[in-house]
This record gives sequence, C-alpha cells and structure tokens, in this order.
Amino acid sequence: MALVKTPSTLQHAQPALDDAEVERIRNDFPALAQEVNGHPLVYLDSGATSQKPRSVLESEQEFYEQRNAAVHRGAHELAVRATEAFEDARAAVAAFVGVDPDELVWTSNATEAVNLVAQSLATATVWAERGRGGAETRRLALGPGDEIVVTELEHHANLIPWQELAFRTGATLRWIPVDDAGRLRLEDAASVIGPRTRVVAFAHTSNVLGTVAPVGELVALARRAGALVVLDACQSAPHLALDLRALDVDFAVFSGHKMLAPTGIGALYGRRELLDALPPFLVGGSMITTVTMERAEYLPAPQRFEAGTQRISQAIAFAAAVDYLAHTGMDRIHAREAQLGERLAEGIAGMDGVRLLGPGPGEEWHGKGRIGLAAFDVDGVHAHDVGQYLDSRGVAVRVGHHCAQPLHRRLGLTASTRASAYLYTTTEEVDVFLDALADVRAYFGVA
Amino acid sequence: MSLDSLYQQLILEHAKARHGSGLDASTGSVAPGSAGELPVPGVGQSHQLNPVCGDEVTVRVEVSDGAIRSLRWEGQGCSISMASASVLHGLAEGAGLGEFDELVAAFRDMLRSRGAVQADPEVLGDAAAFEGVSRYAARVKCAMLAWVAAEDAARQARAED
Ligand SMILES: Cc1ncc(COP(=O)(O)O)c(C=O)c1O
Repeated sequence: MALVKTPSTLQHAQPALDDAEVERIRNDFPALAQEVNGHPLVYLDSGATSQKPRSVLESEQEFYEQRNAAVHRGAHELAVRATEAFEDARAAVAAFVGVDPDELVWTSNATEAVNLVAQSLATATVWAERGRGGAETRRLALGPGDEIVVTELEHHANLIPWQELAFRTGATLRWIPVDDAGRLRLEDAASVIGPRTRVVAFAHTSNVLGTVAPVGELVALARRAGALVVLDACQSAPHLALDLRALDVDFAVFSGHKMLAPTGIGALYGRRELLDALPPFLVGGSMITTVTMERAEYLPAPQRFEAGTQRISQAIAFAAAVDYLAHTGMDRIHAREAQLGERLAEGIAGMDGVRLLGPGPGEEWHGKGRIGLAAFDVDGVHAHDVGQYLDSRGVAVRVGHHCAQPLHRRLGLTASTRASAYLYTTTEEVDVFLDALADVRAYFGVA
Repeated sequence: MSLDSLYQQLILEHAKARHGSGLDASTGSVAPGSAGELPVPGVGQSHQLNPVCGDEVTVRVEVSDGAIRSLRWEGQGCSISMASASVLHGLAEGAGLGEFDELVAAFRDMLRSRGAVQADPEVLGDAAAFEGVSRYAARVKCAMLAWVAAEDAARQARAED
C-alpha cells in the first residue's frame, strides 16, 4: 500500500513531456523565437491565446493555394475539395473532444457558442409562445419561475449571455458562490441547483484560478434537477484530454485560438437531439431546405447553425491544430503543464508581498491539481505596472480582470496578473518570469 | 526603450503621494457621488472607468471667477493613472479656464502622438514627465483617465457657473 499519496494530477498514464521534447516542439513555433525589449520572448499568455505551429499556418496557406472555394455549394472540383476538407476538419475536431461530427457546430469562438445556445433558448421560448416548433422545442422554452445557474467564477462569456437569457424569458439567474479563496462552495450547489433549475453553465477550468471544476458532482446535481448542462471548455480543451461524452454534458464550447488554431474559429458541441430541437441562432443562406417569400424550413444540425459562408480555412487549420496536440499527446501535455503550474504556484506563493490566487502549492481543490496557470496580486503594485515591468524583461503576461470581474471582486481585487503556460513553455521560462517578478516591488519602491 | 522613460521618478513619487486625493464632503460644496442630486453652481463631478483594467477615478472641480478654484479626486488604479491625477491637481488648481483647456489639449496631443510630439514644460509643467507614456499605446488611457474626468467635470461646472 502506498504510504505517500500521489496528487492525482501526477497520476497520468503517460509521462510528462520532458525538456528535450519541449525544445523540439518550440522549433515548430516561429513566433517563440524572437526578442522583445532586448530579451528573449518569454510568452506566458497562452491562456489568452496560444502561439501557432508551422503545420497550422501551412494548412491554411495550402487551403488557399490548392482548394479555396465555398463549401456545400457549387459542383466544381475545388468546391468538392473544399467541402471535403471542411467536413474532415469537423470530424477531426469532434473526435478530439470525443463526440460525433454532426454534433459539432463551427462558431467564431467560445463566446459566440455560448451566445448561440442562450439566444436559441430565447428563440425557443418565443416559438413556444407563438405555437411554433415541435414538442421537443417547446420543452426548451423558459419562463418566470425557471432558474438558470452559473458559478461566481465564470468568464464574462459564460455569464452575460445567461443574464440576457434570464432577462428575455423572465427566468431567474442564480449562482453557486465561491469561498474567500475562490473555491466553489459545492455544499451550496445542492441548494442552488433545484427543481426549478433549467440550465447549469460552468467553466471546466477557471481562467483565473487554474482549477478544474468538479464536473461529475455538478452534472449529477443538474441531472437530478432535469437541467441542461453547458460546459465552458475554453481553458480545458487546450490543456487536458477531453471526452465530452464521458463527462455527460449537453453542450460544450471552446475556442480554436487558445489551442494552436487561428482566431475566428471555435466550436459548440451539442447533444444531437438537443441541437435538432433548438431553433437556429443566425439565419440566412446555407442553413435552409425550402424558402418561400413567407417562411423557411431549416436543415438539421450542424448546418442549421452555420448560416452564411463559413470560416473554411480556419476550420481546416483547427484540424491541423488538434492533430498537432493529439500527436504530442494530451495526457503528456497535461502532466507537463501540471508540473509548470506547480512551479509557478510555489515560486509565486514563496514571494514576500505577492498573493497567489487559487490553490496553494501542492494543494488540490475538488480532488484536482492546478493546470499550468497562476494569477496573483502584488501588494502595492497595480497589475498593469507589474505587467509593464515584466514586459521590459521580455515576459508576456496578462493583466486586468481577465473577463472575470465578479470573481475578482469576490477576492477583494479589481485586477490581477496571470502567467499561463502551454506545451512549448520551458522550465527556464518559468524561472525567468519568477526572477523578474521578484524584482517588481523593489522597482516600484514598495519593498 | 527603457522602462525608466515610462516610469520617471516624478511619476512614481506622485503615484505614492496622490496629491489632491480624497473627496471629503467638507472640502467641496456638494456631497460626493450620489446620483440624482441637484447640480450646484460652479461644481462639476465626473467618474471615469477604464474597462480594460477596472481603473477608476472620480474628479470634482469647482469653478469661480473664470478659474479652477479646486480640483480633487478619488480613485484606484495603476501608478500612471494615479500619478497623472496627482499631477493634474497641482497644475489645474488656480489655473484660468483658458489655461486649463490649453493644458488638457497639450497633454492629450502629446500622449496621442506615439512619441512624435515633445513635451513642452512651459505648458505642461510636471505633466511633461508623462512624455514616455505616449510610446506605450496601452497606457495612454491610464494617463488620460483623470484628465478626461476633469475636462467633463469642468464642463459641467462652467455650465452651471
Ligand atoms: C474560461 C473562458 N471562457 C470563455 C472564454 C472566451 O473565449 P473567446 O474570447 O475565445 O470567445 C475564455 C477566453 O478568454 C475563457 O478563458
């Protein structure tokens, strides 16, 4: 029997990427090999957006050079090639998160995907009021007395669409609070999620705390209440092996640009029968069967949600991105980033006058360790100034509220600084960052 | 570009000293903040927020006899935004309205110039220390925050003077 408990983050079947592999990986990312302000770039802002490997950049270029055409229309050869590549890309990204291709809808980003779900639920409500749609669609309608549940740590992208849905339908928005440290109060979740709950939306991984949500517990509560589950996988899809079917969520959203793909492409996963029951979000070309001057019939999902000319090259490049990640191995990436996250947490927590947000070094919340991300507050120095100082040493971090104002307010802050790693981050980069951070308070004369 | 050109000593000192900070009701002729209060002749107040980072500042200006009689402020934010409010307090109090307008315009021109416009210490006084900020596009908003609030507050104060 093991006497020492291994943190679950370190119990990966696959070993973590090692330093030599990371060096090889870095050669694939042209943007990493540059100097900034006289120092080698230390890019610790992958939580905001990732850098892109050459294979992704080339796949987009290759599409435009060889196959560029509009998809799902036109009988010519290029249109056929483009359509095939576009649908193959859907299959690749769907497989990467463990779902079927026809359950994956392209969106611009995660934000648009959450809005798609929320606004389509609002539309379902209008349809129900006006007697349109089948029984499945009517079941999706919301109204006064219904409740939508989020958590206090959400990114604004997974909060504001639900505020607006509540406003439009007369439903009530409720939230699972966090404690003084930012930990979800699961003991309160059981009373917040109840028989009136219709939707439970939460982040798989917090973009501020680096924590992984207790998905199983929250899904179980939602199921008991008969509520839909919407998972914001924006910070999990890039960093850990994701099996959405196994997580048993109804919808999930993520953005390509945070996982090696270009900007402008994201995805919504929706359980097949739900997507087919949901009214469309944007309407127009490419998503219809028959149109008269009075009305239109809509295609089944996913086309039903893909109005207008699509983001074809971005979708194809997204597939190249998930190929790169899958080939490297998500478990190995996760294990590596857990080590970097731990190094960040230890270094930051050990510094005088710096407050680490989220779990302490070695700490697990809800049975899971920190991913490769750490936000912190420097006593006496505003986050903007911290970021500016680090930038002068070549270190790129994110400063501000990271689109999570309610969480910052709850933690007694208006802003924080965040360092976030990815598969190309070296151990030395974390140390360069920590060395620079150690000098910040002295520079601003508060230490 | 060196960081010290952005964070001049004078800026770091002002960021700590925060001259003119504190909207004590007794120092003005109006209770701070509360919405719906009646305008007081010669007094204007404006709250400005930088949505990017949540920095905020409230500036209250009292105008009489064509001059800024008092400019006080309250806020929280980075060293650039706090220092620029502190410097503004020193420069604006006692300035004629024309002089104040000229000051704000010169400050704005310098900040928006991406380093092309050199600071004129004759017009800008201590605010010339913010010259380096113009090369950091992301920080121009920080430096302007209190000044935009002051401009708005002065406009209200004038309208009711
Ligand atoms: C947790 C989380 N949710 C949602 C988003 C929104 O992603 P996007 O801006 O790509 O739509 C982000 C990205 O900042 C995020 O970190």
